[in-house]
This record gives sequence, structure tokens and C-alpha cells, in this order.
Amino acid sequence: MNILRGFATTFKHLLEEPITVQYPEQMRPFRERYKGRHHLRRYENGLEKCIGCALCAAACPADAIWVEAAENTDEQRFSPGERYAKTYEINMLRCIFCGYCEDACPTQAIQLGHEHQLSFTDRQDAIFTKDMLIDPTAIGVAGTPQQVEPGVYTRSIPDMENPR
Amino acid sequence: MGIISSKIGDLGVVTTTLDTAVNWARTGAMWPLLFGLACCAIEMMSTQASDYDLSRFGMELNRASPRQADLIIVAGRVTRKMAPVIRTLYDQMAAPRYVLAMGDCASCGGIYNNYAVVQGVDEIVPVDVYVAGCPPRPEQLIHGIMTLHERVRSERLKTWVSAEGVR
Repeated sequence: MNILRGFATTFKHLLEEPITVQYPEQMRPFRERYKGRHHLRRYENGLEKCIGCALCAAACPADAIWVEAAENTDEQRFSPGERYAKTYEINMLRCIFCGYCEDACPTQAIQLGHEHQLSFTDRQDAIFTKDMLIDPTAIGVAGTPQQVEPGVYTRSIPDMENPR
Repeated sequence: MGIISSKIGDLGVVTTTLDTAVNWARTGAMWPLLFGLACCAIEMMSTQASDYDLSRFGMELNRASPRQADLIIVAGRVTRKMAPVIRTLYDQMAAPRYVLAMGDCASCGGIYNNYAVVQGVDEIVPVDVYVAGCPPRPEQLIHGIMTLHERVRSERLKTWVSAEGVR
């Protein structure tokens, strides 16, 4: 009798739908907080949020980030405040996608998105430069560098408001 | 100039068709070597389990013998003690053989920047594809395998036997 019960279980599983996700054609939904490839964000007026402070590089446990800062001027303005990131490189093969850079960033410039298809045939291809990481500007918004009025963007970090 | 092309010359359409057939066969049944080193091996196992089912790509069997394997997935950090073992296994594999460095540690040492860990498995064996992630999701590993398949499909018959010998 037990053997029949055992076979009944087997036949029950035979009739089930296969659970395989047909990966390249079909994607499993990602969790909201999944940490994939990085993005450098912009403000609505097109200025870059990154101010080149390199706190992300300091927080990175794998030393995957390389930031080189340069001075902003009002004629050639990339970001609010004094400095912007002239070079911003992330080595995707070193990055462990922990999100510490996201936590360390004072302007929320770097954020980890959901792109995950990162495989390379050469180690050089794994180094993502600033052009590859930064978001495109919205339609009709000027990119960087911008020429701005003097004395408008003096603060690197936007003014904080008290909670109401 | 390889031996084959020196014998038959550049036959154009014949070698192209043969290339396609051979590369189809190579990508269709690329058996990996059973070789998991660290936490990436857990993701490699789940890639082979029914949710992602690597056998859809003709990789149903993880061979425990390097003689029967075509691909070595280095899944995890490689310690200095493990390095000669990987080299031996790679040397024992029959050509054509491919190496996939899965995850950050196998690719470049990752966060283990110390004396005990090899800073990238390409110090000891030639790597075809690097997969980023710590550890990579099964999707990322499958994407790396598809990148490798693309690379294999672009191989040409006349470069099979090069001056350095069979790759």
C-alpha cells in the first residue's frame, strides 16, 4: 500500500507545471532593493549631483572606485559648489555591490540600479567611466558644463529643510 | 598562419560552413568541470537546479574529471595553495578548453587583497570571460556563459592551431 502512495506522489509531480525561468527571454522580477550597476544622478536642471568628494572611494571596501576632482567655475559649471568629479571610474570586477558608496554619498549622487548583466571578455572593459555611469539629461534640459549666473550655486550640498 | 590553413588555404565558404558547424557543436554541449571554491559555488549550484536549469544550454553534466570537461568555471576565491591544483586541472583538460572566472574574487581578488589569495585567476590560467558580482546571480552566470558562447562562435578554423600550439 505504501508503494502506491509513493508512486502517487511521483505521478502528482509529473503533472505539475515546470518551474524553470527561461532566462534570456524571461526575467524573474527583482526585489526593490536589489543592488546592481551604479548610476550617477543629475539634478532636474541638468547639473551633476556628484561633487567629487571621494567619500564613496573612501567607503569602498574593495577599492573599486577612483575619483578625481576639479574646480567648478560659473562659466563651466558641472555641479553645485566648488568641485566636481573630473574622473569617476568604477571597476565592476572589483565592486562587490554592497552599497556602501550609496550610503556614504552626501548628495545621493551615486545609486545602485537593477542592471546586472555584467560579463566581460577583457578586464579593461570592466572599468566603467563617468560617461557610462551618468544618467542622460531629460529632454530639453541642457547637459554639463553649463554657464550659470554667478553666486547661485555656492553650496555643494543642497539646503536642508527642517521636518514639519 | 595555422597548420590547417597552410594546408588548405583560405577556402572561404567551405571553412565558414565548417566553422559554423563546429562552433554549433562546441556551444551546444559545453560540459563544465565540477569545481566550486567558495560562495559562488552556491550560485553555480542554483544555476544548475531546476529554477534556472543550465541544461537548457547543453550543460547538464558537471564532470568530475577534467578529461571530460570543456569549461572550467572558477567559482570563488583562489588561494595560493589552490593555484597549482587549478593549473594541473587546466592542463589535463582536452583542447578546446575554456575558462570562466565567476565573481569578483576569481576575476581580480575582489575584497581579498592579501597574501593568501591569488589576485585574479588569470595569473595562472588564461581566462575567456569574467563575470562581475559578489556572488553573481544565476542570471549573471548564464549571461557570462552566453558571452562565452558568442566568443566561441566567432572562432575560426584557421586559427585553431596557432604557433603556440593548440589553445
